[in-house]
Amino acid sequence: MAKNHVTTTINGEPVEFLCETHETMLDVLRNDLGLTGSKEGCGSGDCGACSVMVDGRLACACLMLGAEAEGRSIETIEGMAAGEELHPLQKNFVKEAALQCGICTPGVLVAAKALLERNPDPTETEVRYWLAGNLCRCTGYDKIIRAVMDTAAEMRAN
Amino acid sequence: MAKVILTRWLARQFTAGQIEHQVPGLTIRALARELEYRYPGIIKHLEDGVAVAIDGEIYQNAFLEKVEPNSEVAFMPPIEGG
Amino acid sequence: MAEKTYKWVGTRQPRPDGADKVTGRARFGADFDMPGQLVGKVLRSPHAHANIRSIDTSKAEALPGVKAVMTSADMPDMPDEMAPAGEVMVNLRDVTRNVMAREKALYDGHAVAAVAATTEAIARQALALIEVDYEVLPHVIDVDQAVAEGAPILHENLRTKNVDGAEDTLTNVAARIQFTKGDMDSGWSQADVVIEHAFTTKPVHQGYIEPHAAVASTTEDGQVQLWCSTQGQFNVRGYCAKLLGMETSQIRVTPSEIGGGFGGKTVVYGEPLAIKLSQKAGKPVKIVMTREEVFRGSGPTAAGAMDVKLGATKDGRIVAADLNIRMQAGAFPGAPVGPACMCSFACYDIDNINVVGFDVVSNRPKVAAYRAPGSPVAAWGVESAINMLAEKLGMDQLELRIKNAAREGTKTHYGPTFKDIGMAATLDAAKNSPHYQTPLKPGQGRGVAVGFWFNIGMDSSAACHVGEDGTVTLISGSPDIGGSRASLALMAAEELGVDYQKIRPIVADTASIGFNFLTGGSRVTFATGMAVVQAVREAIDELRARAAKLWEVDVEAVIWEDGCAKPAGSNVGDFEPLSLAEIAVNAGKTGGPINGHAQLNAQGAGPGFGAQIYDVSVDQDTGHVTVDRCTVVQDVGTAIHPDYVEGQLQGGVVQGIGWALNEEYIYNDKGQLENTGFLDYRMPVASDLPMIEPIIVEVPNPNHPYGVRGVGEVPIVPPMAAIGNAIAGATGIRMTDLPMSPPKLSAAIDAARVSEAADD
Ligand code: FES
Ligand code: FES
Repeated sequence: MAKNHVTTTINGEPVEFLCETHETMLDVLRNDLGLTGSKEGCGSGDCGACSVMVDGRLACACLMLGAEAEGRSIETIEGMAAGEELHPLQKNFVKEAALQCGICTPGVLVAAKALLERNPDPTETEVRYWLAGNLCRCTGYDKIIRAVMDTAAEMRAN
Repeated sequence: MAKVILTRWLARQFTAGQIEHQVPGLTIRALARELEYRYPGIIKHLEDGVAVAIDGEIYQNAFLEKVEPNSEVAFMPPIEGG
Repeated sequence: MAEKTYKWVGTRQPRPDGADKVTGRARFGADFDMPGQLVGKVLRSPHAHANIRSIDTSKAEALPGVKAVMTSADMPDMPDEMAPAGEVMVNLRDVTRNVMAREKALYDGHAVAAVAATTEAIARQALALIEVDYEVLPHVIDVDQAVAEGAPILHENLRTKNVDGAEDTLTNVAARIQFTKGDMDSGWSQADVVIEHAFTTKPVHQGYIEPHAAVASTTEDGQVQLWCSTQGQFNVRGYCAKLLGMETSQIRVTPSEIGGGFGGKTVVYGEPLAIKLSQKAGKPVKIVMTREEVFRGSGPTAAGAMDVKLGATKDGRIVAADLNIRMQAGAFPGAPVGPACMCSFACYDIDNINVVGFDVVSNRPKVAAYRAPGSPVAAWGVESAINMLAEKLGMDQLELRIKNAAREGTKTHYGPTFKDIGMAATLDAAKNSPHYQTPLKPGQGRGVAVGFWFNIGMDSSAACHVGEDGTVTLISGSPDIGGSRASLALMAAEELGVDYQKIRPIVADTASIGFNFLTGGSRVTFATGMAVVQAVREAIDELRARAAKLWEVDVEAVIWEDGCAKPAGSNVGDFEPLSLAEIAVNAGKTGGPINGHAQLNAQGAGPGFGAQIYDVSVDQDTGHVTVDRCTVVQDVGTAIHPDYVEGQLQGGVVQGIGWALNEEYIYNDKGQLENTGFLDYRMPVASDLPMIEPIIVEVPNPNHPYGVRGVGEVPIVPPMAAIGNAIAGATGIRMTDLPMSPPKLSAAIDAARVSEAADD
């Protein structure tokens, strides 16, 4: 079976890759492009560890085919920091201990950034519901929610 | 003399049910040897796969640990954890 | 005890692995690859219980792209006896059979064969070509059914341990264990009030988000390199060496970053298989479990069925306590029934106690540890019964606990007498908490429960290497699950008197540091922390010796203070303090590199106690429970890094909330697991929860240089009973079977309505 040739943009850079039709975007990112920041916790859209942005919308990379990336713009955790400078969410996650093992963290950060882009002043309940698709088994979510709220406040102030 | 407390199972197997024993010895090993002298065969159950609490503090694989003259030494199942 | 003041210990510093983990750079188990590696996949039994008559792998082997196929025939059989593997006493006959089934498949999901192929698609195709001839047998899932007369027998060779005359009886009961204190008859005769009830729990999975992953690379001369996600690289090495008949020195295990474990990554599954496949194929092999495999093939925690009986005097003094608990071990013996029995009444000072436990096998995955293994199961029954007693006595649930709390001098039913423990301090803190002082809103119920864990020590090694610029590499062998590198570095900074940022802690592989027992039992900050402190102190002694050489004085004349060598007194001579960096830069001239090493078997772990308070609301129509407020109080000894202490408390609590309200394994009538994904195995999500308010009590452990007790286990012990107690408060309904899920609770509410109507 011939592989699909896909032309896409990942974290602002033009990228081309070949993939099997059945390969998921998560497989492509992790296995073919070496972008292992997106994690596979379930492969079925239930944990959010593979969260990426596709044309500005939050998506589970495990539920998307690699071939679907054609002509789109994908953002992953690897593109979140601007060079040496961490995104305010990243900074605050470290500062406020919003991670323990850190396996959920890339997905949570991508999802949280998507939230703050559309809603710079979310309530606690809004943060909790927005992040309901991102499982974290270590933290009990408490410090994650606080870090997101604090970052939102900080970004509004700046 | 240390006060040694055995598990019920050990007591049943070796000491006709007696759980508490006054035993001379300044290390766990010395206590175990004395108990072996009194109850042949018991020592292997005091050496491997057990924890021991000396005055309320749990020691594992603590064969050479020191025991005070009037310490309470309780043998108990080993503990691992998550 | 006088408050000690520290410069670094107790402060909230950024973790050393923080930047890696927020940028996606950190490498977890599945993120590691070797050039030319093959994909390993495991074939699993679809049957809960079946004889394996034969396995034909010839078609799979013939498939192009398949480089190796293995079955249990590729691994030596093991004797039926307890033997040490990485310092854990295990029955290797059982371990090898759990890793790969031999004569029998014992649960749905049990590994029966494995392949290594050039692509995942080919590997999957190859699995489908393996022909296993099964003779399906009757199965048993439930623990009480497994002990019943006529139950299907899992192991022909199993006899009940610790029971006289059991030599000839086929059974699923692997062991009986009993602890007693006082005299039960006299206890019951003193009791004015007696409570007796049965309780059950379901197995729950640790639920780590990262599935098990391992990459093995072997060489023709017998060397093995293994990269895997584990709580104990030395334990993996020990298991693999035994199971494959190798020497430990031939196997080098490098732990990846670990995406959660909670006890579930203390054993091996795919690791020995990846090594064996790699040996057969001559290429590296990577095995990563799918989520479905994690649920079907890895160990959940043990569930239990129990009967609890409590007796008390009118004024609320508990005078007799009895527990009979049957715990399901899964397919092989080894439920944490010992700890369950020991923890059960450890929070209380009761004169007459009788506890009997049974370790029972059934056709489920072999259990693995999960936070405070055994303790939460017993606490579900005991702490629910304590509240039933409080109701009957008309006493406040917290007051009853305070009145009967274990204290210094309390003799436990499992032997030891407690020294300085924090149970009373914890209960006082709970009582005085803003939460307990706040009245309930209409419709809410409030529940309290307490919990206990021993905490453990065991073996650790550590090294402290001083670089030529005076910065420090801190090496330990304890995988960092929840921020332990930060805690270890804080203690090292405190000892050395240098900036925390100057210390770089790493987790080393099995060839780069001495033995470390696994991360578990709340031992790392305690035991590895002790090793770190000793290693750093050894380096400090060396630094003092170097300063002494430079000053041409005796080493005793040099002290270490604020990160500098200083003369011990004015009579030593007039020397300017020498900083760590100044000594380090001259190391070559004064005797070579400056390092410190330590190895120890840490003893004197301090027992941990916790209390939790929950306010819940119950939707009377759906039976849905909302946790409105939750406070977790715990004695941690000393909180080295308060953020990560709080995080452990909050995380453990939320796992407990899941255990209480939703999580369970659902089997169909064939004994197959039906909820093998996160959609159906419903763990708590952010929108289910309130903030979790932590209250840290600090009763320092005198046996640790910084007073550490341990944190991670206790928080999961009280939630189930505390929530059950809160539900009883809100509805008047006492739930006795976990989880207290909406269908069950609404059925109970309806039943109560019907009987109320009948009473009218
Ligand atoms: S891996 Fe995509 S949602 Fe879990
Ligand atoms: S930090 Fe471990 S799963 Fe979230």
